[in-house]
Amino acid sequence: MLFSIVEFHYLCKKLERIALSKEIIQLLKKDITVELRQKAALNGILLYVVSTVFVAYLIFSSLEELSTWVALLWIVLLFASTNASINSFRKEAGREFFYYYTLAQPQAIILSKMLFNALLQLIVAGLTLVLFIVLLGNPIENMSLFYVVIFLGSLGISTVLSLSSAIASKTNNNATLTAILSFPIMLPTLLTAIKASMLCGLGFSWDECQVYVVTLGLLNVVVIVLSYILFPYLWRS
Amino acid sequence: MRNWWKFLAIILLLYTIIGGLLIPVPKQVILYESIRNLYFHVPMWFSMIFLFFMSVVYSFKGLSTNNLSFDTKAKELVNAGIIFGILGTITGSIWAKYTWGAWWVNDVKLNGSAITMLIYLAYIVLRGSLDDEQKKARISGVYNIFAFVLLLVFIGILPRMTDSLHPGNGGNPGFNNYDLDNNMKLVFYPAVIAWILLGWWIASIRIRIANLTQKLEA
Repeated sequence: MLFSIVEFHYLCKKLERIALSKEIIQLLKKDITVELRQKAALNGILLYVVSTVFVAYLIFSSLEELSTWVALLWIVLLFASTNASINSFRKEAGREFFYYYTLAQPQAIILSKMLFNALLQLIVAGLTLVLFIVLLGNPIENMSLFYVVIFLGSLGISTVLSLSSAIASKTNNNATLTAILSFPIMLPTLLTAIKASMLCGLGFSWDECQVYVVTLGLLNVVVIVLSYILFPYLWRS
Repeated sequence: MRNWWKFLAIILLLYTIIGGLLIPVPKQVILYESIRNLYFHVPMWFSMIFLFFMSVVYSFKGLSTNNLSFDTKAKELVNAGIIFGILGTITGSIWAKYTWGAWWVNDVKLNGSAITMLIYLAYIVLRGSLDDEQKKARISGVYNIFAFVLLLVFIGILPRMTDSLHPGNGGNPGFNNYDLDNNMKLVFYPAVIAWILLGWWIASIRIRIANLTQKLEA
């Protein structure tokens, strides 16, 4: 008897998990389809990145100094990500949100948004990196580790921004508030990423950078878990 | 004696100020008598973190019970915490001027405190841009918890990865090694308790004022 109850409980949990991942995939598909049709976010951000890097190229023409290169790269990535995420809950802010409310679990909504923002940010980060290397030169010595740092850093920035824009979407001045709320809490991620990028640039190996890369990964986990727990409270209001 | 802790706070504060200024301290190069600032500067940060932590506890309670009175408590604790943050920055700035030679230096702990202030000012801005009380309680509660956890990560992990001018960091001998002798401990620990109690007192008065104002408006 007891065994069957336990078994039933596990089965329910399993079904829930399958349902959650299904919902996430469905919502992600929807976001991607809308994005591909309207190209609202991607085109604007790509243009932003290209023009910013080009301006940097016109000013510096070639950037040998590592710290300036790294700082510039992360500033461009930060603002590109902010621009991308500011409107990520715009469509869910109006009446459609009641419809969503009946359809999907809140956890699925925030996780799908995070995935979508992260995908967008990774595309943008890839392009930014290529543009930087082509136009400003490549001072990075340990390239393979640098990719990992860029990946984890971009992920961290976009996950923090996802929850911040969800919070800001509940208020009236959406755009400004996203930046105000997210920049201070994003700084741990950003500073760790910049520090790790500097070490990669100087050609340090995995052993020396390990602590920063692991910290970046942990920060990502903390942000994702917190969003998973806290978002349902936001959604219900 | 419901308010025994308020008397305790007064006695300990008087002891902190009188004892802190009179009890002999070890003579250290550069620091000299400014070492007495330890009784005022460091407890400010302890009190601030304590008040912010209690605010998060009330935010958590508010989210799980939907009770608006918890939100008032969370808000006023944050306000009191900000006062202590400002005082900690001022005392630290004066100390830095006389020991390190500048009002503000690029140090990981100073940057951490500046970021803390930014986070909680953002919390106040967020509250200001919401009208509905229920919504305000819920959304600012979510932000409070989210921000505090990331803040703990920031002030917990990052200073340990980089050098700091503060004692106990980057080959800098900590106060605990030999500076903080028994005479200083005799004042320092009561001082920490005293300032935390004072912070709690300020916050509780603010909470009472807020509750009374709400009653008058309703």
